Amino acid sequence: MSGKPKLHYFNGRGRMETIRWLLAAAGVEFEEVFLETRDDLLRLQKSGDLMFQQVPMVEIDGMKMVETRAILNYIAAKHNLYGKDLKERALIDMYVESIVDLNDLVMRAPFQPADNKEQYFANTVDKATNRYFPAYEKALKDHGQGFLVGNQLSRADVHLLESLLMAEELKPDILAKFPLLQSFKARISNVPTIKKFLQPGSQRKPPLQEKDLPKVMKIFH
Amino acid sequence: MSGKPKLIYFNGRGRMEPIRWLLAAAGVEFEETFLDTREQYLKLIKDGSLMFHQLPLVEIDGMKMVQTRAILSYIAGKYNLYGKDLKERAFIDMYVEGITDLTNMIMMFPFSPPEAKEKNLALIMERATHRYFPVFEKALKQHGQDFLVGNKLSWADVQLIEAILAVEEKFPAVLSGFPQLQAFKTRMSNMPVIKKFLQPSSPRKPPPDDRYVATVLKVLTE
Repeated sequence: MSGKPKLHYFNGRGRMETIRWLLAAAGVEFEEVFLETRDDLLRLQKSGDLMFQQVPMVEIDGMKMVETRAILNYIAAKHNLYGKDLKERALIDMYVESIVDLNDLVMRAPFQPADNKEQYFANTVDKATNRYFPAYEKALKDHGQGFLVGNQLSRADVHLLESLLMAEELKPDILAKFPLLQSFKARISNVPTIKKFLQPGSQRKPPLQEKDLPKVMKIFH
Repeated sequence: MSGKPKLIYFNGRGRMEPIRWLLAAAGVEFEETFLDTREQYLKLIKDGSLMFHQLPLVEIDGMKMVQTRAILSYIAGKYNLYGKDLKERAFIDMYVEGITDLTNMIMMFPFSPPEAKEKNLALIMERATHRYFPVFEKALKQHGQDFLVGNKLSWADVQLIEAILAVEEKFPAVLSGFPQLQAFKTRMSNMPVIKKFLQPSSPRKPPPDDRYVATVLKVLTE
């Protein structure tokens, strides 16, 4: 037994990617077990290792943890990425929850039927640039520190960077009107553990390609 | 200024109800402002009260908090309903997330299109009895304690009693295969703060009706 966390998911981003990011940012090495077929998922469900029959599942510190938020909360608190007190935590949580909403929007883009793709894309860009990015831009401006909350790196910074990069994959100039988010992106990308994760050969997963969509749908449906 | 938390939402359960439950279980009195026009909602956005233009909004300890989970986590942490260490927290979080998936199905149900209602109702029953309730039945049986985690009332217990009662409103016999959960329900319902919240005059809101659905749609849609 290696003692390293072990991630169970399919070989792609989905709901596990944010967990990979956070472990990487915390400097924690991890192993991965990939579900390739529907049978792999069924076997895992039958084993009783999935509390609610769902993945992600992360084996960590003697626990078989499920539920993305629970896993992220545990990793963040364990590795001091969750603020210094309840009020910093509250602010981090508010940002983090909104980033989850934004990521959900962006992540669902490839799954839209052809006749809805354009409208969905427009709505996603509208929400990103009129609801979410202005809030983070303002937060960085008002706070005046390099980080979203407090004066050290927190999970909020890690999750925001992940989200900004994903949004840019959707629309490369999406940050054009947000100078503070652009400099935030550059700064946080240079944090050594994160810089390492952004290099080729890391455990970061590529965006879902359209050709892989049927395979993913088959595992989960 | 009263110092009491102030809840801003529609006059109904929705995403605010778990917050009402948790404050009540913590013995914390709160005030409520009910929205029933789009103008009130747009004004909240305009004056910067809604960080992401969304409800619920809870004014608490000098903060204008949004995002349901952020609000619930803060209340749980502040009032000692979040376990004694990281591992207890991890279990509370896992249970809460599972229960939230179930209560979200119930919350969204009144907004389903008519042709999907029967299917969605059946799914709520299926998930409750096959995916969620068995987990908590097993947990309570295994440790034989009164509460889900750490032998002490936590956010997970409050969320679970809320969920059980909500499912029972639709399926009165849903607990028939779950003796531990039946005993849990009785125990929790008899705790003084929860007993008080279950009385008619409390801030607990009734199940959503057509009027509630209409108000939400009117306020949130252009």
